[in-house]
Formats: sequence, structure tokens, C-alpha cells
Amino acid sequence: MMDDTLLEMKNISKIYDNGVFANDNISFIVKKGEIHALMGENGAGKSTLMKILFGIEDMNEGKIIFDGKDITNYTPQETIGIGVGMVHQHFMLVDSLKVYENVVLGMEPKKGIFTDRKKAKNLVNEISKKYNLNVDADEVIKNLSVGLKQKVELIKVLARDVKLLILDEPTAVLTPQETQELFDQLLLLKENGHTIIFISHKIKEVKQICDRVTVLRRGKLVGTIDIDKASEEDISRFMVGRDVILKVDKSIQNFKEIILSVKDLSVSNKSGIKLVDKVSFDVKRGQILGIAGVEGNGQNELVEAIFGLRDCSGTIEFNMKDISDKKIKDRREKGIAFIPEDRMATGLATKATVWENLVSNIIDSDIIKTNKLLNNNKIKEYSETLIENFNILCSSIDHEVNMLSGGNMQKIVVAREFSSNPDLLIANQPTRGIDVGANEFIWKKLVELRDQDKAIILVSADLNEILELSDSIIVMHNGEVVGSFVDSKKVDENELGMYMLGLKRD
Amino acid sequence: MLEFIKIILTPEFLFSVIRVMTPILFAALACMVFIKGGIDPIGIEGIMLLASMAGPVGGYYTNSVIGGILAAILISLLASLLFGYVTLKLKSIEILAGIALNTLASGLTIFIIYYVAGNKGSTQSLTSKVAPIIELKIIKNIPYIGKILSGHNILTYLGIILVFVLYYILYRTPLGLRIRSVGENSAAAESVGINVLKYKYITLIMAGTIAGLGGAYMSMGYVSFFSRGMIAGRGFIGMAAEAMGRGNPYGIFLSSALFGIADSLATQLQMLDFPSQLIQTIPYIITILGISIYSYRHKKVRKVI
Repeated sequence: MMDDTLLEMKNISKIYDNGVFANDNISFIVKKGEIHALMGENGAGKSTLMKILFGIEDMNEGKIIFDGKDITNYTPQETIGIGVGMVHQHFMLVDSLKVYENVVLGMEPKKGIFTDRKKAKNLVNEISKKYNLNVDADEVIKNLSVGLKQKVELIKVLARDVKLLILDEPTAVLTPQETQELFDQLLLLKENGHTIIFISHKIKEVKQICDRVTVLRRGKLVGTIDIDKASEEDISRFMVGRDVILKVDKSIQNFKEIILSVKDLSVSNKSGIKLVDKVSFDVKRGQILGIAGVEGNGQNELVEAIFGLRDCSGTIEFNMKDISDKKIKDRREKGIAFIPEDRMATGLATKATVWENLVSNIIDSDIIKTNKLLNNNKIKEYSETLIENFNILCSSIDHEVNMLSGGNMQKIVVAREFSSNPDLLIANQPTRGIDVGANEFIWKKLVELRDQDKAIILVSADLNEILELSDSIIVMHNGEVVGSFVDSKKVDENELGMYMLGLKRD
Repeated sequence: MLEFIKIILTPEFLFSVIRVMTPILFAALACMVFIKGGIDPIGIEGIMLLASMAGPVGGYYTNSVIGGILAAILISLLASLLFGYVTLKLKSIEILAGIALNTLASGLTIFIIYYVAGNKGSTQSLTSKVAPIIELKIIKNIPYIGKILSGHNILTYLGIILVFVLYYILYRTPLGLRIRSVGENSAAAESVGINVLKYKYITLIMAGTIAGLGGAYMSMGYVSFFSRGMIAGRGFIGMAAEAMGRGNPYGIFLSSALFGIADSLATQLQMLDFPSQLIQTIPYIITILGISIYSYRHKKVRKVI
């Protein structure tokens, strides 16, 4: 039994400085010659676990055994040295260098003091031929497509004689054809005796090429199962189980007139790939519309387009008027407010003070001015009211925002966005990474707003949040709406999970 | 106009172009190495100034030319490594550290020459050591060309040889490959087990040595003493030459020559009836033009992609 074990990670625990358990007592085994899937939602702890394996991140507890050796305290260099290679999601390539230069970097063949270029190119061509990768050794990286860049990464790892190959969401950037090609190559690698860890959250792909799957959820191990003994539905249940920690009381649904109507909205990225594909839906006054989906399926782009942060095609009607060519400021004035996904990057100016952040959306308004100039007394009064109403813990309004806890920072964002008394609030991941108290408080505020006949669009990766708060739910997958439920009570997490993972669609 | 062309075509003029471009070539090559290794070259001016001071002072104390040149290299290495320590280890902002280094150099050099030579302006009172002039045996006798190419300072020839040596080091050796990868994408270099810091320090040592030779040339070849502020923007012009030469050693050689021509032209035209203030702006106008043309073409290329 022990003979076919290549990697064993035992009781790995990692607690971050802010007290969050990134990995909580995780153990799993990778067997020689298998393709082992590591699955879980964003933030489930997959990346942390791999960083720990590589020695990039310390662990608080645990043991790692590779090929019979204890490698618990190895540095990244030592880990690479014993035959562990990783293809990162963001490529680790030097753009202005040629393919063969990138491949041999750090292990250059030499002729005298010079690099043996012929040998280097031969190495690339040999691997390229053996595994059907078709890459020109002399091409400069920046001229290559994403798919080819990934092949260069594969060659790079293979040139280093890896025993264990880790692929971090390799298909996220690929077209369906490229994905199929990659799978053929991975199966070829497996035939040649390589062991692969395949990190993904796409069940179909995992089902197609993997032998076993280990699932993580919220930093905990859910379990490891054999692929051929599990159906797609089983894996789905494994992945998106619901951990109920919070509940919210809300009155029965009482929808009024339509306030926002989105028709055929599409968003493309710079290379022309559709991130949001012809999405249409309505939101009514008194309704919380939850947008569920695995992260990265277009939810963020959709709501950013509605608020005016992204170019899009299609129509956006707010209060019966087309607002698709209006500026963000106009949209705000018409009564839309926005809680962005990333409070540190876009939600707040973290080096500015509490009051500066609180008034940033009304800086043109007379509420805080006398004779067109800012009035400190008015600002103080205004800020302190918000701080009191939203329970923000800070000793002074002059403190820099980045000195506060995550929960209090988020409350500043929420307070600012509520302060304009919006008709439509777009809340993108409003409670991510904050403490339970702040979470509960923000939920209560959202429900209060709904009960005042305002409309709310809630984007969340947290199924519990979606199911607790939403009156209605739409599910996004690959930029499309694949399911919609007018009454959220008529759907449970298992069914939602099937839609989210693309196993089911209306 | 005819007179003007006559001046340009004289071997004396072309000889002076090579003489004048030497410090700019050293500065540009040092900047190139800095930039390839991902280090901001803004401190080049100060590093060269310190070296140009250390040359005559070191020569005076050791009573030898080699001693002077070694002192120049040593002090520029120290300055370069200090810059590296402050930016890489203490994580200070590169531009600020570079400006601090330049300011430090202008004050420190005056302090030291006052201490050594008793004069705040120059080291002319010290017995001067000058790097030797080299006559090229066969080339010397070729008419016209011989007069242009032969009889330069040994450091000038060293600078020209360095163009080729650096090309081969950067583009043909593992060392060069690693320096370039560390400079462009340190995360990628790190992911294949390259010690990024080590190659940053190797970059600092290489570039520091080249800058030191450039400084030494100013006070032990171009003239035979150190005078305050004598680098006079040549380090910065070197940065411009590096950009104009697109970071390629051969391109840098050509752009340095262009600056050499502009500078020599300014000197020659002063003898004619042109207003001298206007003429002295020529090298700087060429700099601005050169950078603009470079950036314009660069922008077009980026647009196509």
C-alpha cells in the first residue's frame, strides 16, 4: 500500500495572522501515476495547501512526505530539486525571452562560458515532439497565444524531470479546443508515468481525466473519492455543501414595480472573449435578487457593467429610462449605489481617513459645505451620525481606514453606499472575509433596505448568504444565466450547486 | 555652410567625437546593465562623480595609474552596492535613493578634495596620473582613418571593447540570461529556483565597475585632474543614450556616438560666429529629439500589438 504513495500531506493546519483558518487539519495522499483532482471553491484553501507543499508558506502544524522522504521543512528550491513542478495560473514566463531561453532558465546547458543554444533548442524540440506540444523553440514569448504559453510552461516543468506535476486551474484561460488538447497531453504524460495534481472547480473536466478527487471546503477536508465510483451529482454535493452559521429574519415577499431591467447585456474582455453573454433579467422594488455562481463566471463583470465600470452591449433600463451610456456619477445621482467586491482596492481609499471615505460620494453636495467650501463641523456631524448608525468601531474619524478591522472597513463602505438612500443597491460580495458580528449586521441592513421597497442585487460566492437573503435567484455559469428561480424557497443548495457547476441548465 | 562641412569632415573633428563620446558610452553601458537587471540607473551621475574624484586622489596616494583606476572602481562599487543595500534590503524607493546618492556625491567629492588637495574647486595641485595613450600600430599609418582611430586613451579602447563583451555576456551566457530574467520578471526567475537577490547584486557590481571606468576616464584621460561637478550631466545623458539605443549594446554605441557628434559640434561651432549660448544647447536638444523619436516609434509598435 505504501509503495504506490508519492505524496502524503498529513494533518496540515495553517492559521493566518488575522485568525482565519486557511487549512484546518487537512490530510491527503497522491498515488504514483494518477491524475488527482484538488477541488473547492475560491478561498477553500487549495492555493494555501499547494504553497505549503512548495515551502512558500509556513504551516502551523503538519507533515509532508514525498517519495518516502520527509520534506516538511524544505525550501521552495529544495522542493523543485526533488521533482515537484508547478504550472501556475498566472504564467511564470519572461516575455521578451525566447521559448528555449525560458525553458532552460536556471539549468542552462553550457559550452565553455556560453549557453549551449543548440542543446537548449534540442531539449525543447525533443520534449515538444514526445508530448505532442508543437512549440517553436525560437519564438519570443510575447508573440505566443495563451494556449501556447501554457505549453511552454509544461515543457519548462517537463525539462526538469518532474515526478509530480501540479496544474493550477489550467483550463481557466483556455478555449474549449485548447482544453481538449491539454487533456490529451495530460493523459499522454500519465501514460509516461508522471503523477499530476489537477486543481480545478469544473466537475466535468475532473470527471473526464482524473482518477481520484480530493475536495476542500472553507479550509477543511471534505474527503477523497474515486472518480469512477462517484457521479457528477455526488461531487457537486461534496463541493457546495452549506454550512449554516447565520440566519436572518425577513418578512414575506412583497414585490412592487420593476426598477431595473437588463436586456441582452454582454461584456467582452480585451481579447474578445465574452465574459458576460446576453444576460437579461428584471429587478423589482422590494426584491433582493441573488446572483449565484462559482467565482469568475461573469457575475462581477455583469454588475460592474450595470454600474458603469465596464463597457458593455445591450440595454440597461433604470426607472424606465435607458442609462447604458450614462456616466457613473449620473447613475449614482439617479439612485444606484454599489458595494464593490474588493474593499481594499476599489471600495476604500485605505490610506485616507474614516471621514474622507465616508463623504467621498457626496463631495459635490452642499450637505457638508458652507459657501462652496468644506465645513469641518458639518463633516464631523455627518460622519459621526453614520458611524453611530452603522456601529463602526473607531476611536476617531481622523484615523486612517487601514488601521481598522476588515469588518469595520466593510461597514464604512456599506454606510457610505446606504447614505445616499439608493433605489437600487448592488452588493458584490458584501460580507466576504469579515467577522460574524459585522456579517449579521450588514445582512440586517440589507433586509431593512428591502423592506423600505428598495431593490437589491446581491452577488455572492457564499451559498448560505444567497439562500438566506435572496427573494429570487439567478445562477450564472460561463457568463450566461443558466437558471432562475422567482422564489428562492423553491430551490436548495444541492440543486443550485448543479446549476453553478454547469451540470444542469434551464 | 561650406566651412561647416569642412570642419565636420576633418580627422580632428572625428577624433574629438570619439574622445567626447567615451564617458557617455561608459555611462550608457552601465545604465544598460542596471536596467537589464531591473535596477533604476538614476544614481549613475553620482557614482561616476565619486569615481572621477577617486581616480586622481587614488593615483596621488599610490603614485600609480593603476592605483588611481582601481580606487575609482572601488568607490563606485561601494556606491553602487550602497544603493543596492538601501533599495533591495531596506526597500527604499529607487528614485529617492538615487537622488540622495547624487546629492551625497556632489558634496562628498568637494569635501574630500579639500581635505586632500586643499582646494574646493579641483585637484590640479596634485601630481596628476593620466591613463596612457595608445597608438594602434598598423591603423596609425592609414591616411585619414589612422588620425581618427589611433592615439586615444586606453580607457576609450576599453569602452569600445566592452560593447562587444557585454553583448556576449548578456545574450550568450547563462549569467546574462539570468540577469535579464531577474530584471524583467523576478517572480518567474524565482519560480525556477534562481536566487533573485544574488543576481541583483551581480548586476550592481558589473554596472558599478563600468560606471567607475567612465568616471576615471573623465579625470585621468579626458582631462588630467578632478574638478567639482565635472560629470555635468553625462550620467543622465547616458540614460538617454541607453533608451535611444533600445537597450542593445550596439544601438547604445551608435546613440553614444550621436551624442559625441552633438557635443563636438557645439565646441567647434563656438569658434564660428554663432551665439555660444544657443550652441551649447545642441547636445540637450538632440537628447530630447532622440528620446521623442524613440518613444514615438515604441508607441507605434505597442499599438500594432
